[in-house]
Amino acid sequence: MAKEFFFYTEEMTVGYDGKPLIRDIRIELDRGEILTLIGPNGAGKSTILKSITRQLKLLGGCVWLDGQQMRQMAGKEIARRQAVVLTERIRPELMSCEDVVATGRYPYTGNLGILSAADHAKVRAAMETVHAADLAKRDFNAVSDGQRQRILLARAICQEPELIVLDEPTSFLDVKHKLEFLEILKQMVRERNVAVIMSLHELDLAQKISDQLLCVKGEHIERHGTPEEIFTSDYICDLYDISAGSYNAAFGCVELPPAQGKPEVFVIAGGGSGIPVYRRLQREGIPFITGVLQENDIDYPVACDLAAEVVKERAFEPIGKEAYALALVKMRQCREVLCPLQTFGAMNRRNEELLQEAGRLGLQRTAG
Amino acid sequence: MKQQSPQTSQKPQASRSRQEPQTAQNRDGLSGGRALRYGLSFALLSVLLLLLFIWNINSGSVDLSVREILEILLWHRGDETAVNIIWQIRLPRILAAMILGGALSVSGFLLQTFFHNPIAGPFVLGISSGAKLVVALSMIFLLGRGITASSTVMVLAAFFGSMISMGFVLAVSRKVRQMSMLVICGVMISYICSAVTDFVVTFADDSNIVNLHNWSLGSFSGTTWSNVAVMTVIVFSATLLTFLLSKPIGAYQLGEDYARNLGVNVRAFRVCLILLSSVLSACVTAFAGPVSFVGIAVPHLVKNIWKTSKPILVVPACFLGGAVFCLFCDLIARTVFAPTELSISSVTAIFGAPVVIFIMIRRRRMA
Repeated sequence: MAKEFFFYTEEMTVGYDGKPLIRDIRIELDRGEILTLIGPNGAGKSTILKSITRQLKLLGGCVWLDGQQMRQMAGKEIARRQAVVLTERIRPELMSCEDVVATGRYPYTGNLGILSAADHAKVRAAMETVHAADLAKRDFNAVSDGQRQRILLARAICQEPELIVLDEPTSFLDVKHKLEFLEILKQMVRERNVAVIMSLHELDLAQKISDQLLCVKGEHIERHGTPEEIFTSDYICDLYDISAGSYNAAFGCVELPPAQGKPEVFVIAGGGSGIPVYRRLQREGIPFITGVLQENDIDYPVACDLAAEVVKERAFEPIGKEAYALALVKMRQCREVLCPLQTFGAMNRRNEELLQEAGRLGLQRTAG
Repeated sequence: MKQQSPQTSQKPQASRSRQEPQTAQNRDGLSGGRALRYGLSFALLSVLLLLLFIWNINSGSVDLSVREILEILLWHRGDETAVNIIWQIRLPRILAAMILGGALSVSGFLLQTFFHNPIAGPFVLGISSGAKLVVALSMIFLLGRGITASSTVMVLAAFFGSMISMGFVLAVSRKVRQMSMLVICGVMISYICSAVTDFVVTFADDSNIVNLHNWSLGSFSGTTWSNVAVMTVIVFSATLLTFLLSKPIGAYQLGEDYARNLGVNVRAFRVCLILLSSVLSACVTAFAGPVSFVGIAVPHLVKNIWKTSKPILVVPACFLGGAVFCLFCDLIARTVFAPTELSISSVTAIFGAPVVIFIMIRRRRMA
């Protein structure tokens, strides 16, 4: 492949104080793409980002930006191409939000740093991009976390970079502000065709916003790929060493581990009716069996994570005799049957029979 | 924080499309309210400086009318003793107070920027005391050989002493990140240096020791015109350089990492900050001895009067503010218990130390 990427690294080795932490990092990124670093705490995500932004010296390899080695570029040249949003909280004295954003114009101003009319227009435009125009005159230390991150993003935007590096930009934000922040970022990537490298803790968000993911763990990069390649339940559990609980790739969410012990309850479910019941039983610490579920049922993946056992049928098939017989055996071992299902159809006719059988055995409890 | 500008154009769509000239007018970086505040603040301090200048030159053991003084100043006309008092005693002293006061404030501002710490200053970090020690030692050494130290030698000795203390402070600041710890270390360094200075001064046997003793407490008295010439050159060039560093200082206020991303050569910049602040405070110590708290109080007050921390405004404002502050304190030192003079440091401490306490309390409340 002779294709030259906008930003790429060759055998980059990073670390602190001359001690290599992660070796042979390869990043290849084009304009308009978002690359997200994920991985457990302390795995070195920040170290990689700091090496790209030249806060840390590279211990090996090189970093290329638009056909030039970053090592050979002047500080000012890099400043015009690369902007950062860092995790460290800054507490500038007596600076309004507008003042903070205006520092992004630094690489473009003269020796005394006096802003021209055009610079001011760009500051204002950047603040409008992040929907923070009304914060312009507010003291930077007095705004909320969500606003602060947006202001820092505006600062990066008005630096007119081609590459933005963000270190855990959403960590202190609540869910509304996380979504808002990433939406602004995504929009900016689309409109201005900039490349983004960031680290995120939120797997669900990383899965949705990234074009590429880099999984950082141990001495090297564990995996590199598209969200589809990375976000499989097994791999995420492996990456984060999840032993208690599980990661659900289909829903992009985590589940706590299932209750231990002999199953006490049988849940006849399907079509999404089971999920809240499963979660409640898990919370209350009651082990349960559920069925009969087709493998394409929305309840199925959650059931696999939370139930002691799942009686299943193949996808798109009506429930067969075998599955029914098995479910009956399992149901008899339980002291109680729950059925959140309200209606039955051709595909799950036998679940209805199962419910009637439960009634005859005196196991059924009506409450869902 | 209070908002200072009533004129916030909240409707960008309207103002952008129709009122191009109006927006162009406040695009010089200052919206109307801010520009007014900056202008008024500079004007106010300049007037204060002028008033204090007149008051200072007019007060002393010999009573002179304003008219007499004017004649002496403008045409050297009048009683010879009076001319001498004005030209050889009062005027150099006033100029020294102004120039050195400005130097201290700018030096304090630089140190606060460097350490990201509002209560850093040449006095509390022990830099003044280090300078004092080395100056005292070299004066005694030279006096012992019958040589009177020249201004330049004194400044060099003070600079050397400043750099030694600064070296200690920097070493400590690598270990501790807390601002209070840093200041405590500075105060300790300051005590050690002062103790050694006192010791040396007490045991040195020379008639000039009286002079040295006064100097080691801090005073603007006894300034000569040649002193003034040397300090003018040093302080004005250092302040000018500081002013020219406004841009990187502004970037550095957001933290080292942001500054680096903006293209500042952080290492070289930090060296500049250290050298400039040391030169400025060394110059003060060489001529006036240690002067306390000006370096913290003035930058803080100035930032709150101007309501900004933009270095391009704060640097000149600090200089002006420092001049006013020291002129005022020297007036008190000279006149309140006349003919006995107070040391300048005790007066500046009375007005400066409460500011430090205030900053500490406010920081605690905000954190």
